[in-house]
Amino acid sequence: MKLKKLLILFLTLTLSVTGLAQLAPVQEPLVFENQLQQDRFNQLTEELRCLVCQNQNLADSDAQLAHDLRAEIHEMLLAGNSNDEIKQFMVERYGDFVLYRPPVQKNTYLLWLGPMMLLLGGGLILWVIIRKRSALFTANKDSDNQVS
Amino acid sequence: MNTRLIPLLGFVLLVVLLVVGLKIADRKTQIPSPLIGKPVPAFDLPVLANPGQKMSQQSLLGKYYLVNFWGSWCVTCRAEHPVVTELAKLKAVYIVGMNFRDESEDAIAWLQRWGNPYDVSLIDYDGRTSIDFGVYAAPETFLVDPHGTIVFKHLGQLTWEVVQTEILPRVADMETGS
Repeated sequence: MKLKKLLILFLTLTLSVTGLAQLAPVQEPLVFENQLQQDRFNQLTEELRCLVCQNQNLADSDAQLAHDLRAEIHEMLLAGNSNDEIKQFMVERYGDFVLYRPPVQKNTYLLWLGPMMLLLGGGLILWVIIRKRSALFTANKDSDNQVS
Repeated sequence: MNTRLIPLLGFVLLVVLLVVGLKIADRKTQIPSPLIGKPVPAFDLPVLANPGQKMSQQSLLGKYYLVNFWGSWCVTCRAEHPVVTELAKLKAVYIVGMNFRDESEDAIAWLQRWGNPYDVSLIDYDGRTSIDFGVYAAPETFLVDPHGTIVFKHLGQLTWEVVQTEILPRVADMETGS
């Protein structure tokens, strides 16, 4: 039947078009030469901050700048730049702030050592309290003994 | 020391911490540019008014100039436009408009509609130059000295206050020869 054929043709065409529309990626995927490059790319974009939405890294962000910077990193990876060179490229332009893991230097000592100091301070306070309480406890016990 | 005072002391410390946090909260989104004191990034870009012609940072040596990153898509650029126009009227400093991530037709239409304060506008179509300048918002404005060194950067909308306190004094230094 001619009508049936036409209908099938129509359906295949419309369905394939809508299917394509769904499959079409928002941005064209980046192609790597090998798995190692892909892994390094994933690692770098995880560690670098998107400056437009400052609480997202480059891997997560959908901002135009993040997209461009991902393309830049991709290009540098293919060109054979090391991870450090790529990070250096970013720091030269956007400053240390772009690194989610900032370097240990004068103005970041507090950042790096702060948690350790808090832990030590807290531990010290806890230790003092426990010492006092146990001293109190033994003192009480002694006095109890004396009474009985 | 009276141990009862310890919680109070902790509370006071916490309050101080919070107050300091609130004080710097405004500046938290302002990231200091590592480019200040560094040579201006190299560029060689087509001129918006005449794309056959190109302009590089080399040809701008010898005078103070502003590099103002803008786009017709950028709402804040429209908001700062009157300030740039006022500054241009003073003819105190050469102003380079860096039209980035924009379609040239839109850019030209924007300039025709609101007026063109720029001595020259360059086309940074793919935003590559904006990345070299570490631009992550729009507008951003850089002041470059006659040696080609970036001496000042302003993030976001340029205000007349910034023009008066940061830009004009620096440019005036040059004129008096100091």
